[in-house]
Amino acid sequence: MDARVSAKIQDVFEEPACEHNQNKSAKEKKKGCTKQLSPGAAAGGCAFDGAKVALQPIVDVAHLVHGPIACEGNSWDNRNSSSSTSQLYRTGFTTDINELDVIYGGEKRLFRSVKEIIEKYDPPAVFVYQTCVTALIGDDIEAVCKRATEKFGKPVIPVNAPGFVGPKNLGNKLGAEALLDYVIGTEEPDFVTPYDINIIGEYNLAGELWQIKPLLDALGVRILSCISGDGRYREVAYSHRAKAAMMVCSKSMINIARKMEERYDIPFFEGSFYGIGDMSETLREIARLLVEKGAPEELKARTEALIAVEERRAFERIAAYRPRLEGKKVLLITGGVKSWSVVAALQEAGLEIVGTSVKKSTKEDKEKIKELMGQDAHMIDDMTPREMYAMLKDAKADIMLSGGRSQFIALKAKMPWLDINQERHHAYAGYEGMVDLVREIDKALYNPIWEQVRRPAPWDVVAA
Amino acid sequence: MATVIDSKKACTVNPLKMSQPLGACYAFMGLDNCMPMMHGSQGCTSFGLVLLVRHFKEAIPMQTTAMNEVSTILGGLDNIEQAVLNIKKRANPSLIAIASTGLTETKGDDVDGYLNLIRKKHGETLVGTDIVYVSTPDYVGAFEDGWGKAVLAVVDAFAQPCEVRDDHLVNLLPGAHLTPADIDELREMIEAFGLQARVLPDISGSMDGHIPDNFTPTTLGGTTPDALRQLGAAKATLAIGARMDAAAAAIEERCGVPFRVFDRLTGLAAVDDFLQYLSELSGRPVPHKYRRQRSQLQDVMLDAHFWVGSKNMAFAAEPDLLYALTTTAAEMGAHVVAAVTTTHSRVLEGVPCVEVLVGDLEDLEIRAKAGGAQLLITHSHGRQAAERLGVPLHRVGIPMFDRLGAAHMLMVGYRGTRELINGWANIFLADEHQNTPQDWPLPEESRRAASGAHATSCSTGGCGGSSATPADDVVPDAVGA
Repeated sequence: MDARVSAKIQDVFEEPACEHNQNKSAKEKKKGCTKQLSPGAAAGGCAFDGAKVALQPIVDVAHLVHGPIACEGNSWDNRNSSSSTSQLYRTGFTTDINELDVIYGGEKRLFRSVKEIIEKYDPPAVFVYQTCVTALIGDDIEAVCKRATEKFGKPVIPVNAPGFVGPKNLGNKLGAEALLDYVIGTEEPDFVTPYDINIIGEYNLAGELWQIKPLLDALGVRILSCISGDGRYREVAYSHRAKAAMMVCSKSMINIARKMEERYDIPFFEGSFYGIGDMSETLREIARLLVEKGAPEELKARTEALIAVEERRAFERIAAYRPRLEGKKVLLITGGVKSWSVVAALQEAGLEIVGTSVKKSTKEDKEKIKELMGQDAHMIDDMTPREMYAMLKDAKADIMLSGGRSQFIALKAKMPWLDINQERHHAYAGYEGMVDLVREIDKALYNPIWEQVRRPAPWDVVAA
Repeated sequence: MATVIDSKKACTVNPLKMSQPLGACYAFMGLDNCMPMMHGSQGCTSFGLVLLVRHFKEAIPMQTTAMNEVSTILGGLDNIEQAVLNIKKRANPSLIAIASTGLTETKGDDVDGYLNLIRKKHGETLVGTDIVYVSTPDYVGAFEDGWGKAVLAVVDAFAQPCEVRDDHLVNLLPGAHLTPADIDELREMIEAFGLQARVLPDISGSMDGHIPDNFTPTTLGGTTPDALRQLGAAKATLAIGARMDAAAAAIEERCGVPFRVFDRLTGLAAVDDFLQYLSELSGRPVPHKYRRQRSQLQDVMLDAHFWVGSKNMAFAAEPDLLYALTTTAAEMGAHVVAAVTTTHSRVLEGVPCVEVLVGDLEDLEIRAKAGGAQLLITHSHGRQAAERLGVPLHRVGIPMFDRLGAAHMLMVGYRGTRELINGWANIFLADEHQNTPQDWPLPEESRRAASGAHATSCSTGGCGGSSATPADDVVPDAVGA
């Protein structure tokens, strides 16, 4: 393995702020957090996928994938991360290497590709993503990026996370490392305020950031940089001047939060935008950290006032659904988003959670779930599609909330389903988002199609 | 007619192309009770799976050998062995169909050799499950090539001479561009002549969006293993699309079944040929139903030519689809102002356009703009280009992720051609320009003449009509910025 990638992976595995890591021996830590994948029974993205997910929401950057057509051609423009300005991040750039490149090396094509992109599109920076094939043949993307940066006078950033080094989650962190190594701290903001924060690990899926931003705007809190949703290259580059940071609960970029605390003295807290209680707690934490770092004390009182109004508004609207949703059973299969923060939100609407996946949750998460759902909480470590189908078919759940991957398990069982993963088109963050989520669940449960699709054809009904 | 050229760019921008192994796995989706698998990193499968899910809105059975860096370097025998055993245990399919990827081809895994070892070692465990393999490096060819190679691999693995021929049986080899609805239409046409169609691969059985009674981890339908072993019993093989040449020829070579390749089945004359052939093959007249449909198509052509004729249309699609669409457009009197494709094929020379470019959607956008295109025809990824150009987009091919009904789009036969032409005409109708008082300004020269000034030779640049030729501006200004 490329020594640099290997060192990075070790570094990421050593992450002291990671709760998974804290109870491990030195030997276990070195082995890393990557579960051995089972061939023929595996699902999920690769490290390259993870790095791309994490960084592509930086909207004004040209994201160039160095590899064969599969890596970009089969996957581009497939996520619903929104931009308020540039659409360049949705342009698919790839070197699309051919057989001769595999034999003679793809570095020249990569360099020429960077040149073409800068000439035609003039982005503030180019991110170059390494993939399996180009890593295997030994293309040195760091060297090419260094040379291109010198030659074109523009940051060309190597993102060294080829797919075969591990799963998506590791790729998130390797992508984050590229920002720490090459981007963060390289530019200065025009001005700073005592109310500047970073939001780390938020990807603005379906524009969720914009459900939060009005709250912060109203408090006078400025998002100096969101890493990486609706981000601009320059904002990430000067993010080291923030006073405090929020790490969004998925932990996908915990290394950025911790290292920025270490390097730039930016304290961070771990919070969530999902669920009314969580949202309020997040606003309180932001105010607390900013005040600690020198913002006027009165910020806290204003925050409490805003929370009081927003919570009341949200609960009033959700209360209207409670009679319709009370006691309905939900099967919750989530990936990156921490299960417990969604659990709390659903309970606010009177829904009963009959099972939740904890595949990616930490010990602490599991404790929180128990706290919320009781000791006999049905935590599912690794549910097979067949089991999910059976559970729905036997009506042990009324609706499944999951990622798009398992959508058809529910639909083919003729059961309602709601997308809560990254390809979703609805925004569920903040107070507004929770009202929307409840409305969507209601919409799904009470649609008249369920009765129709479950009704047998007349000729299949045996006369009694 | 057309000259075929390759893009000279180093960087592909807005890919049109998808990879070979994905095309191969898509073909494997048309085999019954099958588990397609990519031999590569888990991301290879994950990306392909998500793409097909978004296209069909269906669960997609597709597995991975989950190669990592170490297993790649040491060779994938262990991973393939484990994968095969795991799949056998968990899903028990009739067939495990493996496509290699760029990763394992760069290393040079001898998968055929591995499979021999695995079959020897686990012969008893694997009873009832066949394994086929096709070599499909990502860095060669495109989706359509992968489909063609996969079908050829299946023919190689299963086709055998049959002692008894069935005069009513024909093999139908549909190209990658045919939808489940297209296949159903062709089957119906064939059956109308008293013949029976054996379709390989048959995605109409698996990807047509039906609701099975039970959960199935493998494909939900398609060509059965028994049918594959009976390919040699057919009277003839009909292949649709040039990419199917090799598989059709292989069945003839191995089993002596004669074949005929129909490069397309969209367009009046193309469908005429097909029905005439079926009539000769079966010895039966063309049924009334199709005579009626032919007449309906002729009527639609008459009605639609007002709107489609002389329109500038820009196409980007895989070769077989590109050929079917561009020829039909030209037959309606439209101008094919741009034709971009993904890979080489013998049909490309027949595309009614000066040049066919093996390129990407940036190329399409530039050429469409230069040619004054009034309609873009490509897959869903053309949406950004169409928006920038301010022209409508007709979505065809894979992926079609921002519209429903991809499986049920019908473009073959008289009915399919009718739907296609009406669709185009309707887009132009909806987009129809309403004339305004400003539409016909007099040129400077005429106005000066009318004002009594001396008509001079043109020095103001205002002569030659009021509309600037769109061909001048070839490079789009900062696309996407």
